[in-house]
This record gives sequence, structure tokens and C-alpha cells, in this order.
Amino acid sequence: MRHTIPTFLRSAAVLIAGTVFMAASSLAAAQSTPQPVERTPGAADPAPVHAELAGVFEDFGGRAGLDALMDEFMTILLADPRMRPFFEKVEHDRVKRQLAEQFCAILGGGCVYTGRDMVEAHGAHRIDRADFNALVEDLQIAMNRRGIPFRAQNKLLAVLAPMHREVINR
Amino acid sequence: MSSKSFVRPPPARRLLAAACFAIFVCSAPQVAAQELSDLQADEPVETVEPDNRVTGGKLLLTAGVSQIEGAGGGGLTPWALIGGYGESSQFGASAFYTRVDVDDYSLDSYGALVGFHDRIELSVSRQVFDTEAVGAALGLGRGFEIRQDTLGVKVKLFGDAILEQDRWLPQVSLGVQRKRNDRGALVRAIGADSDSGTDVYLSATKLYLSQGVLVNGTLRYTEANQFGILGFGGDRRDGHSLQFEGSVAYLLNRTLAVGAEYRTKPDNLNIATEDDVWDVFLAWTPNRHVALTVAYVDLGNIVIRDRQRGVYASLQVGF
Repeated sequence: MRHTIPTFLRSAAVLIAGTVFMAASSLAAAQSTPQPVERTPGAADPAPVHAELAGVFEDFGGRAGLDALMDEFMTILLADPRMRPFFEKVEHDRVKRQLAEQFCAILGGGCVYTGRDMVEAHGAHRIDRADFNALVEDLQIAMNRRGIPFRAQNKLLAVLAPMHREVINR
Repeated sequence: MSSKSFVRPPPARRLLAAACFAIFVCSAPQVAAQELSDLQADEPVETVEPDNRVTGGKLLLTAGVSQIEGAGGGGLTPWALIGGYGESSQFGASAFYTRVDVDDYSLDSYGALVGFHDRIELSVSRQVFDTEAVGAALGLGRGFEIRQDTLGVKVKLFGDAILEQDRWLPQVSLGVQRKRNDRGALVRAIGADSDSGTDVYLSATKLYLSQGVLVNGTLRYTEANQFGILGFGGDRRDGHSLQFEGSVAYLLNRTLAVGAEYRTKPDNLNIATEDDVWDVFLAWTPNRHVALTVAYVDLGNIVIRDRQRGVYASLQVGF
């Protein structure tokens, strides 16, 4: 009786450790070979590199700053009744990672965006201009909370704004 | 002459007052709600289907404020942006009160506008010009007032001022302002041709986001003297002429903009020269329901007084 519990715990621990190891190794494999996925024919580059924005990348605090920004952004999106329906069922860690990759690539930070193109990524949702603007607003609030200078914010937003053509689908 | 046949609808004023009041009342609870949601942005809130929203879809500041004749724009000049915070499938509305207090005169303007589907804007406003001591000097009586009612329509023709950041092309709108003032005998006595007139304008507006600058240019085809306060057409020059109005606004942050405006005007009357006007302004929109604009304005010569400079203050409420 006194031995059965530790035995059970041991097997459970082994099982959990195995799962974590497999998950971690598959994640590591995915991260070690970042590859842009196939694009919808005719879709615009979702992460056009703007090498001239390298200074803006620094204003955002580099990749680490972008990761922290996405934590803030996702928190705000999920608290916003306008945005929560779009984000509550997605894998938050994946979306945050891909957004950080996308912004990092655009700002000349040398990252590779591994997500889908903008048509593909938003195809499952019906998105209008008001939805698009609501997301921009939440991103602005997140950038403000991270203390990112307003001018740096606008230089990134100016690259993102034209994506409305592929994001807005109704 | 033709203006004699004009029947002034008495309910217009009451209708305008009612519209302003309704917009104010509708806005008040939304102001409170907005401030609450800003403060508690990281607390969970009840899910609402985004499809149900009928207004409020535009970004802050992108609805402009209400210009002196009631159209969505800057302080002196209309912009191509459609007033109110309704996006392409929504509607928006706002009411405003503006006071311009220059050395020897004051001008109050109040009114309301409605924007439909970010495409069409309808506006109605009243301008009240107070001659203060000059009224006595001219034998009209101290504090003699001239009132003008303005009805406006604006239609967005093409382009996008805000989101099309990779294209130079501005948003372009065509507008009409029908004006009539209540001192027909007086304005004809000083040389104007009529107490009513129609302005037609074409506005082009673009936000250059990387630079944080919003630029507007407006061409106005008008015969109005001092915005119409001193009637339309004149003994020096009759008929419409093409005038230019420009605005530049620099965004300081998400809610605050500073800028300047310039507006040329016709010079139709022999009794006095009419100057161009300009202002420098600070506009603050803490949320989509309130906009506060303060400015230093130079109206130039108005009848017997030169260099009419002073303060412009405007409050707009809406959604």
C-alpha cells in the first residue's frame, strides 16, 4: 500500500518527462530550421524586410523586447471584448511567437517569419475595418505600456497598415 | 430678391438643439464606459460579438473635429475624412460647440453631424457673430448679432487617408455647404448681393504615419463674405471664386495633435478688405467621445477693425 503511490508517481513522472522531452525536442527541431511556409499565390510578403528600420528595432528592445510586447499585446487582446472572439481559441504562444518573428523580420532584426501569409492566417475569421482598427488600437496600447516611443510605433504601423488589404475580408 | 421668397423654417433651430442634446446624452454613458474599459483593460470582460457594433470602429483622431461651419475637419477647414467614428459598415455622429473670441468680436458656432458608412457626412450648424462694441459704433447697437445657418453634405469620392500607408494617394471628398444668414437687409446695405449662398469644396487628406503628419488641402468655390456672416457676393466682386485652405497636423501621441491652418477668403465688399485667416491649434481626443481643441486664431480685418486675433476653443462630443 505504502509502495503503490510512489510507483504510480514514478510512472507518471516518467510519462510527463517523456512527453515534455518529445514536445521540447520537436519544438527545438522546428526552431532550429525556421522555414517560411508556402504562400497563397498572389499574396503579399507578410514580413517585408525594412532594413532602414533597424533603429526602430532597437527602440522596440530587439527580439526580447518584441517577445515582451507580445505578452502584453495578447493580454490586452484577450481582455478586449472586440478582439477576444478572434483570439480566445488560438494557440496563444504560437501567435505571440509568430507576431514577434514577423515584426522582428520587418524591422530588419534578422528573424525568419514562420507563420502563414496574411490571407491564409486570417481566412478563418470574418474581419472588417472596425476589427482591424480595434487590433491596431490594442497594439498601440501595448506599445505604450512597453514604453516604445510614439515615432517608432508609427514607423512599424506604417508598414503593417497596408496589410489591411489582405486581412480585411468582409 | 430671391431671398425674399425664402421661408425660414422655425423648427430648424429646435431640431438642431434637439440633435445636439441627443448626441450629448447618448455620448455621456459611452464616455464613462470607455474610460472604465481603458482603466481596466487587463481585467476580463464579457464577450461581445464584434459584428454587433454599429459605431466606434475608427481609430482615435481619425474622425477629425468639427470645423467652424460644422463639417468634419480641422478648425477652419473641412477635411476629406468623414466625421463621427463610424467605420465602413457603421455610422457615427457628433455635436460641437465652438467659441472664437477675438479682439473686437466673438463668434459662436454649434451644430451636429452624422456620418454614414464612412462615406457620406451630413451636418447642420449655426454661427452667431457678436459685433460687441463695434455694433454700437456702426449704429447697429451694442452686441448686435448676425446669425447664419449652414447645412452641409460631404461625400468621400476615393482614396484612403489612414490605412493606405504605402500609397501617396490621399483620400478625396466633395462637399457642399448651403448657408443663409438672418440679416438680409443689413448685408445688402453694406454691398453684399445676397443673404444666402452655396460653397462647394474638394478636400484631399492624407496621414503620413511614418512622419506622424496629417496633411489636408481644400479648394473651395465660394462667394461668402467672412464665412457668410457678411452675406454673399458683393459690390467689389460678384460671383464665386476659388479659394484655398490648408491644414497640417503633427501627432504628438495617440490622443494629442498640434497643427496649423490657413484659409484664403474672397474680398468682395468695398466697405472693407477681407483678409485670409490662420490658426495654430492643439487638439486632444482622450477617447472616441470627446475632442477638445484650443487654438490661437487670426481672422485679419473684419469691417472697421484690423488684426482680429484671439482664442478659439471647441468641444466636440459624439461616437
